[in-house]
Amino acid sequence: MSKIKTLEDLMKIKEKAVKELQLRDTGKRGKITVAMGTCGIAAGAKDTLKAVVEALSENNINDVSVVQSGCMGLCEVEPTVEVRLEGQEPVVYGHVTPENAKRIVKLHIMSNQVVTDLLVRRGEI
Amino acid sequence: MKPMLVLVSVDSNSVLLGAKHFVNYLKDLIGKYGLQDTVDVLETGTMGVYTQGVVMAIFPDDVYYSVRSTEDVEKIVTEHLLKGRSVLSLEIPKDRLKLVVEKEKVSAETRIVLRNVGSIDPRSIDEYIARDGYFALHKVLSEMRPQQVLECVKASGLRGRGGAGFPTGLKWEFTAKVQADQKYVVCNADEGEPGTFKDRLIMEGDPHSVIEAMTICGYAVGATKGYIYIRGEYYGSVDNIQKAIKDAYEYGFLGKDIMGSGFDFDLTVRLGAGAYICGEETALLESIEGKSGRPRLKPPYPPTNGLFGKPTVINNVETFANIPQIILNGPEWFKSFGTAGSPGTKVYSLVGNVVRRGIVEVPMGTTVRDLIYRFGGGLVGGKDLYMVQTGGTAGTFIGIDKLDAPLDYDSFKNYGVSIGSGVILAMSDEVCPVDVALNTMQFFAHESCGKCTPCREGTRLAVQILERMSKGQGKLEDLETLKQIAYVTQEASLCGLGQSINVPLLSIVENFRNDFIEHLKASSCPHGVCEFIKIQKSKVKT
Repeated sequence: MSKIKTLEDLMKIKEKAVKELQLRDTGKRGKITVAMGTCGIAAGAKDTLKAVVEALSENNINDVSVVQSGCMGLCEVEPTVEVRLEGQEPVVYGHVTPENAKRIVKLHIMSNQVVTDLLVRRGEI
Repeated sequence: MKPMLVLVSVDSNSVLLGAKHFVNYLKDLIGKYGLQDTVDVLETGTMGVYTQGVVMAIFPDDVYYSVRSTEDVEKIVTEHLLKGRSVLSLEIPKDRLKLVVEKEKVSAETRIVLRNVGSIDPRSIDEYIARDGYFALHKVLSEMRPQQVLECVKASGLRGRGGAGFPTGLKWEFTAKVQADQKYVVCNADEGEPGTFKDRLIMEGDPHSVIEAMTICGYAVGATKGYIYIRGEYYGSVDNIQKAIKDAYEYGFLGKDIMGSGFDFDLTVRLGAGAYICGEETALLESIEGKSGRPRLKPPYPPTNGLFGKPTVINNVETFANIPQIILNGPEWFKSFGTAGSPGTKVYSLVGNVVRRGIVEVPMGTTVRDLIYRFGGGLVGGKDLYMVQTGGTAGTFIGIDKLDAPLDYDSFKNYGVSIGSGVILAMSDEVCPVDVALNTMQFFAHESCGKCTPCREGTRLAVQILERMSKGQGKLEDLETLKQIAYVTQEASLCGLGQSINVPLLSIVENFRNDFIEHLKASSCPHGVCEFIKIQKSKVKT
């Protein structure tokens, strides 16, 4: 470790470490739930989860949290992902491969467009 | 970055419950189930929640668990981490989480001192920096003159959090004004007051805030050496502070030419050996000098003649922990919390028969009732509150008639309720005031260093009288004698220990006078606590 002499040095460390801390904040704009039931995991939900987290961090989105859940009961379209943004009805997507997860983040989270070809259900269950 | 995080509280209480063991087991299981890429495990300070087990929080789910055994850890891993189902049997209900209470009522809760405790890794300097750590130090060294720092602290109205409530800015100024070849900054982390554990949890959960503040203080008063005097039993605090000091040296926040400003500051840890008297500032200084912990005759006071006879600033851990935030946000921001005479917040240790024992940080001026019922969750088993001791063993005993007194540094003057070091000891009607008074005085008799007569003999006499009372052999005149002892020790004792004995003794004798009289007349203890010696009692009567 080198000695810190300037404000820039301090800011650099802060920026790096701040990302690690954001996970612990509650009270965010939205929530992405990845179903991690046995069926989901078998269909590759772990990779989906990783892809979601990576996509969020690549695009510097920090006001959306990522949560795991059990099976949503939609086993035939696993891996499933639910997106809940504040003030909007929740949307469930099916067959979310890592590539699809990136699309969901790009379109739904960043430009507020529902990815219709993956759409399984809208509204509360 | 991994998508999930398990925060485990490893403060000293949790360690006794097996926190370290659970963390290792948790890490093993995570490896076993191949979750290394998805789950991170982090040890942190207290979360302010006390249950019968170790608190584990899962993020981003925001679920809190109380873990008592390795089986519980296994359940959490296999159910929650692997399948995303929360383990309801282990979950701490949201209404029992003080954190949640605090979040919902934003106006009621402010975290200045505890802002990082329980949410950052105390052993990572980077995480402290992420929470604006060392930015205050940079601000002070790059754009403020020492005089401006003094003005800022003075304007904030911050008062010493150790118990006496002396204005911090004034203390610093006394030291700054004195010309000397060497000055010192000392942090009093002895925390001997029974029932107090706030400093320990601050040091365990956010050690860098203390280090940063001491360096700022050094710059403001012109001191180049600092000592943190930590109670020897506080292994966790010592460990975290020492690691923090090491990291601060590596980043150049301590040592020579800090951040290229030309200012030097060195910091060392000294360990106490568990004597109550060493929390008294001059006894503490003696102890650092390597002598036995006996108080000095005052004046001269430490700001002019302190450690090794040099000007010394001594502040409590909590006082220091306020400083970086005051520097960053300005004195006006700080004054927006609390009361006019005592700005800011106070960390309270809630102990006794309350449901949620632990620490809570609330603005100055919060009432005792709020602390016990809103933050403490009331009394265990729905029992009736009978008496409360505020401020530690050297604090006041109050009955339920004074529960609505707002606590700040003027409340002792106005309501007869002292804030002291921030202990709220709630007692149900299963305690007997005579027994409590005896216990308190035995503590002082044991901890009196014996240097001055009023304290040494006064406490011994008080114990003798109270012992007689608790055996059912007391006389009504004894109450007056106790008061007399209280006045004399207050007036004639050398240091704070003897001078403060009158606070608990007088308050219990006065506020619970009826209980004492009832106790004297009764044939057995009205609360069923003290054991009367019946044969001798009848002898006295005839």
